[in-house]
Amino acid sequence: MELLGHLADGFATSLSVTNLMIVLIGVTAGLFIGAMPGLGSVNGVAIVLPITFIVPPSSAIILLAAIYYGAMYGGAISSILLGIPGASTAVATTFDGRPMAQQGKAGLALIAAAVASFVGGTISVVLFTLFAAPLADVALAFGPPEEFALVLLAFTTFVGLGGDDVLKTIIMICLGLVLSTVGLDLISGQPRLIFFDQPGFYSGVSFLVLAIGVYGIGEILHTIETSKSAPAVTPAKLTFKELWLGLKEMNKLWRTMTFGSLIGFFVGMLPAAGATPAALMAYGLSKLMSKKPDSFGKGNIEGVVAPETANNAASTGSLLPMLTLGIPGSPTTALLLGGMVMWGLVPGPLLFIEQPDFVWGLISSLYTANFAAVIVNIALIPVFVWALRMPFTVLCAMVIVLCIVGGYAPNQKMHDVWLIVGFGVGGYVLRKADYPMAPLVLALVLGPLMEKSFRQTLIAEQGNVMAFVERPLSATFIAISAVFFLLPLLKHLHRFSRRKTAANESPAD
Amino acid sequence: MAKADRLIAMALMAISVYFMIHASALPIGWNGMTGGPGGGAFPFWLSLIMFVSAGGILVRSLRSNVKYSETFFDTDTFKSVVFVVIALLVTVWLITWAGAYVALPLFLIWYLRFFGKHGWTLTVILTVCTPIFLFFFFEVTLKILLPKGLTEPFFVPLYAMFF
Repeated sequence: MELLGHLADGFATSLSVTNLMIVLIGVTAGLFIGAMPGLGSVNGVAIVLPITFIVPPSSAIILLAAIYYGAMYGGAISSILLGIPGASTAVATTFDGRPMAQQGKAGLALIAAAVASFVGGTISVVLFTLFAAPLADVALAFGPPEEFALVLLAFTTFVGLGGDDVLKTIIMICLGLVLSTVGLDLISGQPRLIFFDQPGFYSGVSFLVLAIGVYGIGEILHTIETSKSAPAVTPAKLTFKELWLGLKEMNKLWRTMTFGSLIGFFVGMLPAAGATPAALMAYGLSKLMSKKPDSFGKGNIEGVVAPETANNAASTGSLLPMLTLGIPGSPTTALLLGGMVMWGLVPGPLLFIEQPDFVWGLISSLYTANFAAVIVNIALIPVFVWALRMPFTVLCAMVIVLCIVGGYAPNQKMHDVWLIVGFGVGGYVLRKADYPMAPLVLALVLGPLMEKSFRQTLIAEQGNVMAFVERPLSATFIAISAVFFLLPLLKHLHRFSRRKTAANESPAD
Repeated sequence: MAKADRLIAMALMAISVYFMIHASALPIGWNGMTGGPGGGAFPFWLSLIMFVSAGGILVRSLRSNVKYSETFFDTDTFKSVVFVVIALLVTVWLITWAGAYVALPLFLIWYLRFFGKHGWTLTVILTVCTPIFLFFFFEVTLKILLPKGLTEPFFVPLYAMFF
């Protein structure tokens, strides 16, 4: 009951006229950003973050969360109408969404995607509401050793579950962590890693600069390379009759939707996984459980519904560890976390005690954002069809200008703008060589916490390294980290021994 | 592709050495007095891990005999990416010297008209509207002054009007 009281208080905040307007603006912007091929939630949040100074911090976070949410809805639009995923999270939606559009059922596919997103969002927000406060209570008992172990765990999930090249993942984590140490030493206050004696480095490398570089400029360079002209848009007409038929169709798919939401929510909580693998998993599993698996990939509505529920649920799921533990579940939530720290709202269990108005306002705004997104999505379908015809070069030019100005605005230093260009080019080249970007951004955001908790523990325990495994919670986290870290090694050894036996057997015949 | 992979690995190794040199300016070992590592330890040892991992990639790439068929860049896309990067660098340099309200419109004209091959109508509309929007959004609403360089004096009457 206490929960409902908190939630009611939260709605008092989120239903204020200002915050409703902010949610509406946020989801609309998010829908457009998500619908633009090449730009996803993480790019949207990175580019928009610097200009959120226009509203107070708590509203700024609601705005960013609404953009995040809207982008998850929007990704499906270009997956269906263009056959190009609007964001990587909507890759699985193309498998059946595109065939549906080619069969003249684009309208139905769009409705299915929007309704599925709504269901996925709503189920996951309810789960979020139930889990948030208990998890924050558990996290209250965390001291520096647990904090360190948890951050370590977040990084090892990338090594064990990320699916990218292990060495490249490790390099990106280390690079991010080293960049996070630029500036002044946390404990002695001495300057360190002041490259080329540039005074700009004394204040450190801001996560915002890295994010705008990698996800703004880097993404645009990538887009220039992959898409030269505006692709053909499949026309989609929508009448109220179709809407009604679509809703009736959706009513038969509760099993798929519930299933997709649960997968999405729990996979989304893992730092290395997130919305894209969650959507792919939901697609694969619902195909496996379907009575007609052959119809998948040929325009089965379930193939649109499963990934769309999962990616929205995952976006909510990744907010849970960010808000309660201070460990982001995805690159986008890492940026939200960075933004919150910048505004003096440090995520973690204490936030629930010190700023309950803000926390519950944010949680309840997820409910309103969900409602706003599904309505705006369906109402604006004709506008999206028109907007997707916009040539890429116009979009790119606007994004570049926003990146430059947005990168300058927070600190008003040209130093940051130069760094953005550097990170953009570097990030583009590294991404082209299959270096993962998510661990880099996460490492830069979590780096200070990791170093601080590590050194605080050691100072408190007079240099006793065993302190990390003497406490049950941190020992558990460290043990799981070790498993994740050893996982790729075991896989490698397994493959190696198989190859060896195969080599031994082959000369026999 | 293999060549690019090796080059990138070598560049990362060089960067990590550079990081290590910087980090070792502070104590990188165990500090017996306070307990725990010194101020340079965290960046130093992480850079070392980075160095070893990048070295691993280099060794792996040298040992594999796989011939990569795809090239890292085809000349056409490489050209457009390089053009945009050069344009970016010139624009940022121009911002420090002549101000954002000269550099950004010039960039837009180049990007839309010459790189994107759009008509003059669209180019002019966007080139005129963007700086006006930026001025009202950042300078008037947020009170964040964008760099103006040489063109600063021209803005004094505008400041008088809006502040």
